[in-house]
Amino acid sequence: MNIKLSAQNLNISFGQKQVLKNINVAFAENEITALIGPSGCGKSTLLRSFNRMHDLSPDAKISGNLKLEDLDLYDKTVPVTEIRKRIGMVFQKANPFPKSIYENIAYGLKINNLPHGIDVIEKALREAFLWEEVKNDLKMPATRLSGGQQQRLCIARAVALRPEVILMDEPCSALDPVSTLKIEELIMHLKKKYTITIVTHNMQQAQRIADKTVFLYLGEVKEEGPTSQIFNNPKEEMTMNYIKGSFG
Amino acid sequence: MQRKKFKLSSAVEWGTLLLSTGLVCFFLIVILLEIIMKGSGSLSWNFIADIPREGMTKGGILTPIIGTVLLTMLTALFSIPFGVCCAIYLNEYAENNWLTRIIRAAIRNLSGVPSIIYGLFGLALFVQALQFGTSMLAAGMTLGLLSLPYIITTTEEALMRIPASMREAALAVGATKFETIKDVVIPSAMPGILTGVVLTLSRAAGETAPILFTGAAFYINGVGGAVNNEFMALPYHLYMLSTQHQSIEEVRPIAYGTALVLIIVVFLMNLTAFYIRYKYRKNEY
Repeated sequence: MNIKLSAQNLNISFGQKQVLKNINVAFAENEITALIGPSGCGKSTLLRSFNRMHDLSPDAKISGNLKLEDLDLYDKTVPVTEIRKRIGMVFQKANPFPKSIYENIAYGLKINNLPHGIDVIEKALREAFLWEEVKNDLKMPATRLSGGQQQRLCIARAVALRPEVILMDEPCSALDPVSTLKIEELIMHLKKKYTITIVTHNMQQAQRIADKTVFLYLGEVKEEGPTSQIFNNPKEEMTMNYIKGSFG
Repeated sequence: MQRKKFKLSSAVEWGTLLLSTGLVCFFLIVILLEIIMKGSGSLSWNFIADIPREGMTKGGILTPIIGTVLLTMLTALFSIPFGVCCAIYLNEYAENNWLTRIIRAAIRNLSGVPSIIYGLFGLALFVQALQFGTSMLAAGMTLGLLSLPYIITTTEEALMRIPASMREAALAVGATKFETIKDVVIPSAMPGILTGVVLTLSRAAGETAPILFTGAAFYINGVGGAVNNEFMALPYHLYMLSTQHQSIEEVRPIAYGTALVLIIVVFLMNLTAFYIRYKYRKNEY
């Protein structure tokens, strides 16, 4: 199994507060890894460190090795835009650009100097299971789509750039169960082509889609392993308590 | 008993609020009615298309209209680019430290400086030190300075309202910071920026004190319109007709007509601002 994305001895602090302590994780190619843990455990912080979203916070201090295969993600000679092109991201709340559906996909392609003809747009929308629903309304503002459709548009926007990894930060937390299932189906489909890391608060969701699960608590990895093992036969008592819903 | 007491006090509160609102509206309506009734008599095509004649007792007010329109355009030219760029720098690039906080506080304080101070400053800097003379250029720059703090503040507020998730969306597809600002943040903030700009300019168009020493003239021959010369402007024309003219009683209708035209100009500009907001809201962009 090829390791696609990894973090070694990762420490992150914001100002005086240390959020991640000595994290060592590795995500395998074409697998879905779920990051679970109670609110504030640092799972989103970990996810966002891979595509360097913390560059926006001046008080973030990051040490350790983050790698996409052999590429050092914090290498000063690698442009951050290149990293974000190879590691796409889908956010908690769907955040389409205030532009048309077509432009939402085309924008990322344009700024990366990639072809952005209708065939490319169609391919991305088909990959996100959205094409049939929007093919006649490509000029419509994306904000008029339903929440679930908007989130699939954001996934289409990410896959249009042909990334290697897609990071998902609780992509279904604002959606109804039907839209959630649709997105889960989509994620399962996407793993054939991409490596996916997903933060989720939904234990059923993690069991339904993830190959591996990492349990974080207070900024540390408490347990990791195949999803079935984490949920059926956890080694740590804390993991057991969390997945059973005793705290969180 | 308890219940009745509550009702009474809520009636008092409700009455106070209603009375205050009514009082404000009352004065506004009285002022507008007064100007419309006394000014509409002198409104005609000739009034706005003819230059002042016979010591300004006859003819129209074309010269001050042209002066005010050009002056407002000069003000826009000097204040919008600098103001918008300054706001973008402060909100998007500058670190939030004590220096930027002082700069921001200073800008906000500047918007409270009386406009006559700007007039004196413009006289000292543009008219005398930079040798522009009393001219439309000097007056436009002075009004530009006056408008800057408003444009910076309203633009910054418009930028601040754009949620971080919007910026992250652009960054996540590989946009640089500049591309994010240019392609996503500014287009989203555009209605707010434009509204602020138009309201600021409509305020500048009605200012008298800053142009008093820097370029506004009692009277000029012809239609005017040269930026390196003195000019006539609607607010100053109104001030002059009501207080400085040798036959004030005779020109009173013209003064009211001028006031009405000035109010219409400002009203049209405000209407533009509302239209922009309405249009963007409708499109959900």
